[in-house]
Amino acid sequence: MKYLPTIGLETHVQLNTRTKIWCGCKVDSSAEPNTHVCPVCMGYPGSLPVLNAEAVRKTVQTGLLLGCKIGLRSKHDRKSYFYPDMPKNYQITQYDEPLCLGGSLDIEVNGVKKTVHINRIHLEEDVGKSTHLRGTSGVDYNRAGTPLMEIVTEADMHSEDEAFAYLTALKRILQYGGVSHCNLEQGNIRCDVNISVAEVGSKTLGTKAEIKNMNTFRGVHRAAAYEIKRQIRAVETGTPLVQETRRWEDDQGMTTSMRSKEDAHDYRYFPDPDLAVITLTEAQVDAWRADLPELPEAKRLRFVEELGLPEYDAGVLVADVEVADYFEAVCASANGNAKSASNWVMTEVMRVLSERGQGASELNVSADALGKLILLVDKKVLNNSKAKEVFAVLLEEGGDPDAIVKDKGWAQVSDSSALESFVNQVIEENPSVVEDYRGGKGAALQFLMGQVMRLSKGKANPKMVLELLKERLA
Amino acid sequence: MDSGLQMADGGLASKSIRELQALMESGACTSRDIVEAVAAQIEAVDGDIHAYLEVNKEAALMDADAADARRAAGEKGPLLGIPVAIKDLLNVKGQSCRCASKILEGFTSPYDATSVAKLREAGAIPFGRVNMDEFAMGASTEHSAFGVTRNPWNLDHVSGGSSGGSAAAVAAHTAIVSLGSDTGGSVRQPASFCGCVGLKPSYGRVSRFGLTAFASSLDQVGVLSKSVADAADTLSVIAGHDPRDTTSDPAAVPDYAAALGEDLRGMKIGVAEEFFGEGVDPEVAASVRAAIDQCVSLGAEVVPVSFPHLKYAVSIYYILAPAEASANLSRFDGIRYGNRVEAEDPVSLMCKTRDAHFGDEVKRRILLGTYVLSSGYYDAYYVKALKARALIKQDFDRVFEQCDVLMSPVAPTTAYKVGAGAQDPMALYLGDICTIPSNLSGGCGLSVPCGLSEAGLPIGLQILGPAFAEERILRAGHAYEKARGAFEMGQ
Amino acid sequence: MNESNPDLDHVDVTYVANLARIELSAEETEKFQKELDTVVAYIHQLNELDLDGIEPMSHPHPRENVLREDVPMEGPDRELMLANAPARVQDLIRVPQMMEDA
Repeated sequence: MKYLPTIGLETHVQLNTRTKIWCGCKVDSSAEPNTHVCPVCMGYPGSLPVLNAEAVRKTVQTGLLLGCKIGLRSKHDRKSYFYPDMPKNYQITQYDEPLCLGGSLDIEVNGVKKTVHINRIHLEEDVGKSTHLRGTSGVDYNRAGTPLMEIVTEADMHSEDEAFAYLTALKRILQYGGVSHCNLEQGNIRCDVNISVAEVGSKTLGTKAEIKNMNTFRGVHRAAAYEIKRQIRAVETGTPLVQETRRWEDDQGMTTSMRSKEDAHDYRYFPDPDLAVITLTEAQVDAWRADLPELPEAKRLRFVEELGLPEYDAGVLVADVEVADYFEAVCASANGNAKSASNWVMTEVMRVLSERGQGASELNVSADALGKLILLVDKKVLNNSKAKEVFAVLLEEGGDPDAIVKDKGWAQVSDSSALESFVNQVIEENPSVVEDYRGGKGAALQFLMGQVMRLSKGKANPKMVLELLKERLA
Repeated sequence: MDSGLQMADGGLASKSIRELQALMESGACTSRDIVEAVAAQIEAVDGDIHAYLEVNKEAALMDADAADARRAAGEKGPLLGIPVAIKDLLNVKGQSCRCASKILEGFTSPYDATSVAKLREAGAIPFGRVNMDEFAMGASTEHSAFGVTRNPWNLDHVSGGSSGGSAAAVAAHTAIVSLGSDTGGSVRQPASFCGCVGLKPSYGRVSRFGLTAFASSLDQVGVLSKSVADAADTLSVIAGHDPRDTTSDPAAVPDYAAALGEDLRGMKIGVAEEFFGEGVDPEVAASVRAAIDQCVSLGAEVVPVSFPHLKYAVSIYYILAPAEASANLSRFDGIRYGNRVEAEDPVSLMCKTRDAHFGDEVKRRILLGTYVLSSGYYDAYYVKALKARALIKQDFDRVFEQCDVLMSPVAPTTAYKVGAGAQDPMALYLGDICTIPSNLSGGCGLSVPCGLSEAGLPIGLQILGPAFAEERILRAGHAYEKARGAFEMGQ
Repeated sequence: MNESNPDLDHVDVTYVANLARIELSAEETEKFQKELDTVVAYIHQLNELDLDGIEPMSHPHPRENVLREDVPMEGPDRELMLANAPARVQDLIRVPQMMEDA
C-alpha cells in the first residue's frame, strides 16, 4: 500500500515594526523582562488598542509579494481563550475579513518545481513569553502585542522536503520584503504543521494532527518526517488516529499528544468594537506595490542580463538579500566592475561572513571601501595578493583602502628600471636555476618570479616581472 | 430610616458649579473651602448613604490649593477648583479602581483615564471614588461587592444604577458633580431615581480610554450634576477627540453653554406612545406628560411619533452587552493584577479566582454572553441582535426626521426598595427599556428631574437626541429646568 | 459539540462556565441554569422579526482607518505595573507551572 501525506502550514511571522501593534511600547526582544509594557499590552482595565499603520503596510506588502488579493475592507475580531501569557484572554486577530487572501509561492524540491497556494494572511498580536522555573512559571509581557502575521497555506504539500522548501522560500521573500528580522532563534518565524496521511488515490484526507513546538526549519522537517511515519504505521496497523494537537519534542525526536484541552476550540469570535475597519483604495495598494523591493528571481535575471554575471554567480549572490545588496553597493563603488565585485563578495566576503556568522550589513568592510579596493587593482596600483592584505587590514581596522596603501607603501612597482634591477639581481644570484630553466624546466621560472616578488616586498607588478624574466632568459 | 439630610456647613457643598464659580471669582470662597465642605458633608451623611468607596481628602486639598493658585494667576474655567466624584470604574493614577468588585481589590491604577486627565487640565479635582454595581452590571447599586448605596430621598430605597454612587452623592450634596458611565441607562436611571441631572453623551463624544469596559460598543462616560448647565459645563471639559480611543470622534467640541436658553420656541418634541406602555407607573407617566406640557408652554411643539421596535430593545441589549462583556471581563483572571486564588495550575487559578471574586450578576452576564457567542449560537443570537439593532437605529432616524428631541420617562418606576428586585433578573432588565435604545443607536440622552411620586421619590424626564446633538437636549433640559424651578430634598 | 443542532432553549451552563473559566458550585450551576433559561426564553422574542436583508449593526459609530504612526511612546512607570502583580518571581509575573505551551 502507498500512502500520500498532506501538509499545510500556519506560519507566524513577527513584523519588524519599531512599536507594538496596539500601543507605543517598543518591540525589543533583547530587553529585560517586563520593561516594554504599558496598560494596553498588559491588558489593564480601561486600556484601548490603536492600530499601528506600519503593521498594515508590511502585511499588505507581504501579501503583494506572495501574489495575494488585498482585502480592500478588512477588520479585526476578538478570539477568546484563556492563557496566562495572553493579557486580555482574547487575542485580537482577523477572522473573516483578513488583509490578504489567496496567493502562492513557488518552491523547488530535487529539481522539481511546484507551487504552494496561500489561503490567507492576517494581522494579529503576539502573546507574552513564559519561562519555566523550578515548580513555577514566570511571564514576561515584552513580547505581548508584537505585530504578528499569520500566513496560512492550503494543504498543498506532500512531503517534509516540500514543507522545508516552502519555509526556506518564504523566509527569503520575507527578508527581501524587509518586513521581518527573520531571526529564527528569537522566534521571529514560528510555524505549526497540519499533517494527515491517506492511501494514494483516496478521495478523502486522513485524520489530521496539528504539530507545534518546532523552533527551526530543520525541526519542522524532522517533525513532519516523524509524524508522517507515525501516521502511516498507525494506518497500517489499524490503530485509530484522533484529530489532535501534538507537540514536537526535539531532543527525543518524536511528537507527543498534548493533553487534550479541556474546552473545545470554541473561540467565540466577534468584531472588536474598539477598532475601526481598515479600508484601502486601489491607489494606496498600487503605491505600496510600486514601493516593493525586487524579488530574488527578478534580481537574479537582472544580474545576468544587465551586469553580465554568470548564472552561477547571480544565483549565489541573490540567495541572501543582504549579500545581494552589499554586492550591488560594491559594484557601484567599483565603477560597475561587476565581475570583480562578484569575485570578491563570493570568495573573501562570504568566507568571512560564514566564519563569523555575520550578516553582510554587519561586516566592517564597507561596500564603498571594497569597491575602492577593486578600483586600485583595476588601476594596477595593487596586485591581487597585496589587495587581499589590504582587505585583511580593512576587516580588522576598517578605514580607507587608498590611505592604507599609501600608509603601508604597498603600491605596486610597475617602473621597468626598478624591476629590471630586481630581475638582474635574481638572475645573477641563481645561476643553477637559470640553467634549469634554459634546459627546459618551466617550473624554474616560477621560482625566479617568486624571488623577484620577495625582493620587491610583494609590490612588483607580476605581469611585467614575468615578461622581463622571459625576455632576459630567452 | 428617615430622609431629610442635614447640611454640615454653610452650604457650599449644596451649590451648583456655576454658583461656586461666582463665589470663587468674587473671592468669597476658595477651592480648598469647597473641598473641605464636601468632605465635611461626606463625613456627616455618607455613613447612611454609602455613596463613597474611598475619599482621598489630602490629595484633593493639595489639588485644590493648586487650583486656587491657578485662579490667583488669572486663570478661569468652568471647572477650575471644582471637586468631581469619580465612578469606581474610571482610572485615576495612583488610586484604586475596583469597579466595585472583589476581583480588583489591591489594584492601583498607573494612569489617568482621558476624561480624568481632561478634568485635571481644566483644574477640576478628582475627589473620591463612588460606588456602583459591580462592573456597571445592574440598575440599583445593590450589586456592589462593597455594599449598597442608598437613596438620599429615602434610605429604604435604592439609588439606582449602575452609577448609583455618582447620583446619590450629587443628590446628598456629598459631591458637586460626578462622572458616571452609561451602557444601558446607568447614568440616566440613577439620576432619575435620585432627583439629579444625568447626561449620557453620544457614543464617541467622550473618550473611553481609561473607562473600564463593560460593553465597548455601548459604553459612554456621563455626567451627574445638580443642573443642566453644570452638566453642559462638565461635558465641555471632558468631551473631545482622543487619539488613544479609536472610536472617539474627531469633530470639534461645540460651546455647550452657549446653547442654553430660556425658551423652546421652534423646538419640535417627539412623543412616542410606546415609551408610555405597559409597565410604566401611571404616576411616572403623568409626571412626564406634565413636564412635556410645560415645554409646550415654553414654545415647543409636540409631534406624535412612533417607535415600533422599542419592545425588542431589552432583548437586543441583553444579547449584545453580555457578549461584549464576556470578552471584556476575561482579563480579570488573577494573573497580572487584582485578587488571586492560588491553585495548582493556571487554569484552576483562573477558574477559582473568577468564581470567588465575581459577584452573581457579573457571572450571570458573563455566562449569558459566552453562551450567545459560543459555537452554533452566534447567528441565532448575536447576528440576529445586530440586525435588530439596525431596526432600533432606523426607528430613531425616522423619529428625528420629524422632531428635534424625543421625550419619555427615564425609567418605568421610581426607586424601588432595597432588596425588592433581587429574585427576578428579567423583571429588572425590563426596567432599562426606555434608556437602552440610545445606547444601541449611539445617540445622546438627558435625564432631568420632573416631579415627585406620592411616596416622595423623584421622577425623571428623559430627553433623547440623535448622535452629536447634545446642544439640543441640553437646551431643552435647561429651559424646562428653569421653568420647573428648584428641585431639592425637603422642599 | 453543539455545532450541528444547537439547543436554543436550554443553556449548557457547565460547558459555558468552562469556556468562561468560572468554576461554579453545583448550587450555582442550578441557580444560573434557571435564570439563564428564563432570560434566553425572553430574548427569543427576536425570532418574531423579519430580519432578512438587514445589515448587522455591530457599531453605533463606525469609523475607518484610525491608525497610529509607528513611533515609540513611554508608558507609565513599570514598577507601578509590576507592583500590581499578585505574585512575582524576579521581574516576571509568577503563575503556577504551566502544563504545556499554547
